[in-house]
Amino acid sequence: MDTPQQTTVGKHNGHAHIQGWGADLDHENRPAYPKERTPPRLEGLHWHEPDQQAISQEVLHSNERPGLTPVFGTSVPPSGLSGMIRRSAFKYSENDMRHWLMLLLADRINMLEGLGDDLMHGHIPNIFAEMGWKSELKYNRAGAIKKVAIASAVVGLGYYLLKQRKQRY
Amino acid sequence: MLAMDYRGPYRIRVTQKPEPQIEHPNDAIVRVTRSCICGSDLHLYHGMVPDTRVGSTFGHEFVGIVEEVGPSVEKLKVGDHVLVPFNIFCGSCFFCQKELYGNCHNTNPEATAVGGIYGYSHTAGGYDGGQAEYVRVPMADIAPTVIPTNMDLDDAVLLTDVFPTGYQAAEMGEIKEGDTVVIFGAGPVGIMAAKSAWILGAGRVIVVDHIDYRLEFVRNFAQCEIVNFKDVRDMAIHIKKMTDWLGADVCIDAVGGEAMGDFMQTLTGAKMKLQAGAATALHWCINSVRKGGVVSIVGVYGPTFNAVPIGNAINKGLTLRMNQASVKRHLPRLIEHIQAGRIEPKQIITHRLPLEEVADAYHIFANKLDNCIKTVLIPPRAVH
Repeated sequence: MDTPQQTTVGKHNGHAHIQGWGADLDHENRPAYPKERTPPRLEGLHWHEPDQQAISQEVLHSNERPGLTPVFGTSVPPSGLSGMIRRSAFKYSENDMRHWLMLLLADRINMLEGLGDDLMHGHIPNIFAEMGWKSELKYNRAGAIKKVAIASAVVGLGYYLLKQRKQRY
Repeated sequence: MLAMDYRGPYRIRVTQKPEPQIEHPNDAIVRVTRSCICGSDLHLYHGMVPDTRVGSTFGHEFVGIVEEVGPSVEKLKVGDHVLVPFNIFCGSCFFCQKELYGNCHNTNPEATAVGGIYGYSHTAGGYDGGQAEYVRVPMADIAPTVIPTNMDLDDAVLLTDVFPTGYQAAEMGEIKEGDTVVIFGAGPVGIMAAKSAWILGAGRVIVVDHIDYRLEFVRNFAQCEIVNFKDVRDMAIHIKKMTDWLGADVCIDAVGGEAMGDFMQTLTGAKMKLQAGAATALHWCINSVRKGGVVSIVGVYGPTFNAVPIGNAINKGLTLRMNQASVKRHLPRLIEHIQAGRIEPKQIITHRLPLEEVADAYHIFANKLDNCIKTVLIPPRAVH
């Protein structure tokens, strides 16, 4: 344990009870000062440019750069209808709102594709478990009951209105 | 291996997935021993980040043991227990050469505005994250840091993001001795920013939130003043009253796009997604800081746009500082702070759950149930 660094400004020495107060007051002690610092203080750097990662699957890239980066992730390649939308989205730059809106649309469609994929593989997803409802019942039982009641009321009202409409015609 | 599996907004589960492979000569495969859920993971969980694909594994805060290394790895050894900064960076590009590792230009093909980040959508490079038993770690010779033998793993895992981000939030505030620093958000990053503001020599630290248990925690942990914004009619007036009607020297946005406190911002930003998140905290920062003051932003927003009073920022002559934390450059000093006893990050950990219960872990954290501040996931193979 260290003692707080004493400074020349007396009015702030009332912080002696705060562990570590002023330890990085000096810019020399601030690791991110100045904002841009060259050369980097890195150990183990033994390349001028990283090797190019082998391309084993479709990887989309921003059209604000000439091609793929030397290193990239391979989490989930684009596929299906959402993949088609993603490919189209990457025809627009990050500067173009259509790029992002199309990606968000693709995400929502991808969610439906995921449900379809589950069912095609004979897996019925346990939506309540996936949404963590066990913890909701454990830690917020009253809130959970309230949410279920509201949802039931909304569904019930919708059903009633639909039934009324059908009877009218 | 067991891994967290994103199925769509608010829906996740654990699934058996193939173990990661060496894909680049400087890759390593790490067996995860601790993984956290970050507040920014909630933006993914809530479907706010474009190009978050079903089947992705989240998690950018993790530590683990090196199981395998690629052919060009010289420094890292199998068996090393490492903490892995959330930034994936090459060390050699234009930006890394300036130690801006959060802005690396060589690790994210899918967007130029952000570098690669583990488990943070294809907008951040399409890497699987550490909420799994194993994870692929690129640039193994420069990014991971071997955990000091006397360091608790819980402290180490908080050095991968939370503590460096909180520290950089305070550091970007360009705090001078005696400055009044207001931090919006008493989540893990806000808590670390409050403690860091003292380390940087602040004269007064005020934390604003609306969750009482978190405010109580930060008051005890960081010995700061607290404000519950539910008790405040107008935030800018309140902060000005607290600061001789001048405003704070430094305001920090440690909330980002899921902010509460302004109905229209929450409706259009967080719920309807018509803007890149609710910019309430940023709005308050700009209007609560003094003329000529500094606003530091580490809260995460999406890539589209936000409604903020930029005209006020101009008229007040503000300095706006913001970035993803450049974790690697902070680590040596922050390790010193922990080892000197100036801060004990692990105190913020309130929940530990097995990876198998990841859906409940997210739900607890997202809904702030059971006085949750920080959740750690333990994979089944962590102890073998």
